[in-house]
Amino acid sequence: MSNVIELKNVAKYYEMGEEIVKALDKINIKIKKGDFVAIMGPSGSGKSTGMNLIGSLDYSTKGEIYLEGENIEDLTESELAQIRGKKIGFIFQSFNLIPTLTALENVMLPMTFQGVEKEERVEKAKKLLKLVELEDRINHYPNQLSGGQQQRVAIARSLANDPEIILADEPTGNLDTKTGEIVIEFLEKLNKENKTIIIITHDPDLAKNHANIIYWLKDGTIEKVTQKIKNSWKVINS
Amino acid sequence: MISDYFSFALKNLKYRGLRSWLTMLGIFIGIAAVVSLISLGTGLQTAVTGQFSTLSVDTLTINNQGTGFGPPGSTSVVKLNNHDLKLVESNSGVKLAISRLIRIVSVEFNGVREFKYIGSVPENSEERKFVYDSLGVNVQEGRLLENGDYGKIVVGNDFTDENVFEKEIRVGTKLKINGKDYEVIGILEKGSSFTINSVVFMLDGDMKNLLDIGDEIDMIVAQVENKNDVEKVAKSLEEDFLKDRNLKVGEEDFAVQTPLQAISGVNNVLNIINLIVGGIAAISLLVGGIGIMNSMYTSVLERTGEIGIMKAVGAKNGDVLIIFLIESGLLGLVGGIIGAILGLGMAFGVASIAGAALGGIDLGVKISYPLLFGAISFSFFIGILSGVLPAMQAAKLNVVDALRS
Repeated sequence: MSNVIELKNVAKYYEMGEEIVKALDKINIKIKKGDFVAIMGPSGSGKSTGMNLIGSLDYSTKGEIYLEGENIEDLTESELAQIRGKKIGFIFQSFNLIPTLTALENVMLPMTFQGVEKEERVEKAKKLLKLVELEDRINHYPNQLSGGQQQRVAIARSLANDPEIILADEPTGNLDTKTGEIVIEFLEKLNKENKTIIIITHDPDLAKNHANIIYWLKDGTIEKVTQKIKNSWKVINS
Repeated sequence: MISDYFSFALKNLKYRGLRSWLTMLGIFIGIAAVVSLISLGTGLQTAVTGQFSTLSVDTLTINNQGTGFGPPGSTSVVKLNNHDLKLVESNSGVKLAISRLIRIVSVEFNGVREFKYIGSVPENSEERKFVYDSLGVNVQEGRLLENGDYGKIVVGNDFTDENVFEKEIRVGTKLKINGKDYEVIGILEKGSSFTINSVVFMLDGDMKNLLDIGDEIDMIVAQVENKNDVEKVAKSLEEDFLKDRNLKVGEEDFAVQTPLQAISGVNNVLNIINLIVGGIAAISLLVGGIGIMNSMYTSVLERTGEIGIMKAVGAKNGDVLIIFLIESGLLGLVGGIIGAILGLGMAFGVASIAGAALGGIDLGVKISYPLLFGAISFSFFIGILSGVLPAMQAAKLNVVDALRS
């Protein structure tokens, strides 16, 4: 099976004045279609930088990043935005809904940027909000919704363009345990429908309970990769 | 797509509420000033030149004037007389010279007394025709004064207004002028000049008797032989008068005026007013534009996170640019529309007040659609122009940095 996302010997350095900080170094990640991947690491391990690179939000300093076989270095910022909008759905820790738009309009937003006709957009957005059980909240603004409801709107938004990949950055970080579980259940359900799910988290239990492959990050490099085979975790690469 | 961006922009402006209105204040004032100035300016110019259009281009007027030495009122005004009329007639450039009397008299009718201008009409039929022609008067009812029409008068159109004497004045009505009865034999058509609209015309002889005027003339009207020589004849008449009265240049106690001088004098004043109000409008629009720019920069800063989200879910740099440009353009557009409405309101308000003050003359303010369209598109353009730099800043934001904020 082909890789939907592949990072080949990727590094990301930041210049801090005179000093060069190596946020990530020698990163090799292969994500296959239908995987449920967790990128695990404590704060400062380079998780966020990793998420930006995996999500094609940023270019690497060294190495190559392939999104469905295409090297993103070859694309301009705007081309990358278009492809990213189509192939990757984002879920953020702080929901990141646009406050001036209703739930329905927030879900329609990624389709707007792909130039989808309005009728189709409305219909699709309603369907997605029904999927996350918010069909009675479509005209509510984010500040009229609870945290869990906002995150479900964000899930609906991430599905707007039928992406292959859902990338969730600490999706339960701002939620209580119970609503967090509901959100994760939605992600599992999507994974069963053969969507590739990538979650970035600092919570080993969350990673172990739901993912089937975990990349353990430490100090900017991959410490180990573990895979769940028949309910037991095996180190497949170190 | 673009319609969606419009709705984004509108939602954002609504979200910012009062701040959006305050941002548009400068544009309101600027556009209101431009629209009211231009609407009123053309109306005013027409009205003012209308006052003078009753003077023909081949006609000079000679008036007496204070000498300008000493405090006002201390100098005696030398009246024009028949000797001066002969002096004007004797100038080779002059074809016809006519004496006119213009006074203020009390007019009584239906128990109401009003003070009105009265103007003399020459006894000589050739001279009379010239006066009628150069003033451009015609009757709406009855007829103009002819030879031997003593005891008769022709009145301006304003006399038909029932509000003045509380009773309609028609041909045949008798008016008491300075205590003597005169019969109205004609009513003039409504003209562009308010003096003509409220004037009483009377034959020269009648007027001299009524007001007991001897050898005195208020104004000499001279028609020149060749209308291209108007300025030259005016100059030579000035010299004749100086010589006749033994005066030096600068001591003139008379004024020779060409119609062009009169109009250009007024136009100069109008132009200065236009320039001042136009300057205020330009400054106001500049400040308004800077206000929009400032507001848009603030908006970009406040919405950095949103810009990051939009880019993460697929917005190209161009999309972000257009969204912000539309928003600033809308600030200009809405500001322009409201400013134009305010400006029109101001123009009509000023016109009705000034019109009433000038004796019911119509300043002719009309709604000019090209002007409104022009002013509104201009303010839309200012909005967009002011938004260019902030929108570029928004479009260039790095996704990762924007998301982090």
